[in-house]
Amino acid sequence: MFRTLRIVFRKEVLDNFRDRRTLLSALLLGPLFGPVIFAFAINLSLKQSVSDASEALDLPVLGAEHAPNLTRYLRSQNVNITEAPASRQAAQAAVESGAHDVVVVIPPSFGAALAEGTPATIEVIIDQANRQAERESRRALNALNAYSQELAAMRLSARGVSPLVMRPLNVDVVDVSTPSGRSAMLLGMLSYFFIFALLTGGMNLAIDTTAGERERGSLEPLLCLPVSRDRLIFGKILAACLFMALSLAISLTSFYLTLKFVPLEKLGMTPNFGPPVALTAFLLLLPFTLLGASLMTLVASFTKSYKEAQTWVSVVLIAPTLPILIVSLLMVRPSTELMLIPSLSQHLLLVGLIRNEPLNNLHVAVSVIGTLLAGLLLAWLCARLYRREGLLV
Amino acid sequence: MIRVSGLHKSFGEVKAVDGVSFDAPDGCITGFLGPNGAGKSTTLRILYTVMKPDRGSAQIDGADVLTQSLEVRRRIGTLPHGSGLYPHLTARENIAYYGRLYGIHRSELDDKVEQVVRQLDIESFADRRTKGFSHGQRTKVALARALVHEPKNIILDEPSSGLDVMATRSLRDLIRQLKAADKCVLFSSHVMQEVAALCDEIVIISRGQVALHGSPDEIRSLTGCEDLEDAFVKAIGRAEH
Repeated sequence: MFRTLRIVFRKEVLDNFRDRRTLLSALLLGPLFGPVIFAFAINLSLKQSVSDASEALDLPVLGAEHAPNLTRYLRSQNVNITEAPASRQAAQAAVESGAHDVVVVIPPSFGAALAEGTPATIEVIIDQANRQAERESRRALNALNAYSQELAAMRLSARGVSPLVMRPLNVDVVDVSTPSGRSAMLLGMLSYFFIFALLTGGMNLAIDTTAGERERGSLEPLLCLPVSRDRLIFGKILAACLFMALSLAISLTSFYLTLKFVPLEKLGMTPNFGPPVALTAFLLLLPFTLLGASLMTLVASFTKSYKEAQTWVSVVLIAPTLPILIVSLLMVRPSTELMLIPSLSQHLLLVGLIRNEPLNNLHVAVSVIGTLLAGLLLAWLCARLYRREGLLV
Repeated sequence: MIRVSGLHKSFGEVKAVDGVSFDAPDGCITGFLGPNGAGKSTTLRILYTVMKPDRGSAQIDGADVLTQSLEVRRRIGTLPHGSGLYPHLTARENIAYYGRLYGIHRSELDDKVEQVVRQLDIESFADRRTKGFSHGQRTKVALARALVHEPKNIILDEPSSGLDVMATRSLRDLIRQLKAADKCVLFSSHVMQEVAALCDEIVIISRGQVALHGSPDEIRSLTGCEDLEDAFVKAIGRAEH
């Protein structure tokens, strides 16, 4: 039994290692795709949120001469008052075209209204559809609101009323998310990248088992050999598992290295992704290789050609995202039942791991056993299909 | 020794094999002749157990294709139609892979591989990867792969199709050598001249049935045709009506 398995396994491994181009795409493209996307996404969100308060805000103000006190106040709030477009229309056009993110317009009547004690109108021209301008406009609005509050407080004090009557509520927001917790949101997508890398590693071999052998014309002579077909297919599935594990290991390593170069601390994240976590993640994902290899072999066995198989097997690459996506949208907490769902269980365990939460042993056991059983079931199905006569045509 | 009795095999409505019976004895080259789609490949596939007959039976050296398929596969060497090799393995590795799967012990493997490499005269390209081999080279390697375990029975499905003159000649030489070694050789073809040049026994099959069976001389006298090709056409014609 094991002799045949070993012979087939060794031949498939050798064969796959010799196929440089396919190997390169499987072992480099898949595992590197994730880190690159990840680094890109992180850098993008860094640009969006980091610069913030420390940096001076350039704010074009039209009619600044009508409100000298306000402009002084704004300057004290780290706001640079800059040259504004000549007219209100021009200012509106400039914001519309994106030349300015935000423009403040102070009408000539501003001073008079203030002196009378009636609400003095200020216009803030923004484009709410422009996501990039969101931060700038929020800062401008906050500064203006703060000035408004300050004026109100001064007016009340002048009338002998405590400014505290203006604040019946004192709302304090307590953010309990730990830095690790915040990073987990972003790192949550890692689990899919790992599963993706894992699957691409064995894709080629899984297709080769049926569609590839058939197209090459090597399937029929292979089936004429005095060995059981079960052993042939199990040998091939095991070889695919090996390459999946290899691809996964490369993917985890490249992530570990990428994270060293991404300034996550700037985002307030301290990713918990050292070598022990990477190793645990590897072990948690390992059972998924059998499931992935069997599933891809199964899908490929229904197809008529290598190309058709590639198309269908690519669909399998997306399949593991579905449970992850649904659960992310519903914000479900890990539970023992959910651990029965392959890909989802690995995702939830990985997120917990990165959040630096202790691993729930029962969850790990259910995930490992459930995924392995599903993998064995699919491998058995593959073997059943491999026994069909229709396999040849 | 191959014995086929009353084989039937249908694919849906199509009766591919419809009661085929014949014997192919040891030390004898049996030609399995018929036009395209006559049921040759299906019959051979039943013999090397990748397909199961609906009815009837076949034995290889007494082992039944249905009940003792592993034993049958051990006793035959086959060259299925359009035999493919693994392009990233060398010719020698392709042969050795099959040798291992045939159960040849590690200590004997190298010798056995070397033996077929010499027998088929492929030393000059034995250590090259088979990617880019000519059709003739590929056929030789596929044959070597089928013979590495020294089977008693050899089944070849249209082995000469697509081969050039030189390759066809060396194939014929090989088949004669196998006969001299008292093997049972069964090969299919749709080319009468080829069968006539080589075979001791000819089985002509048409529309899934045996139309004629005998030595070349017997077939000539049965059909009354001096030329074997005419005899072939006549035999098929008879079955068609």
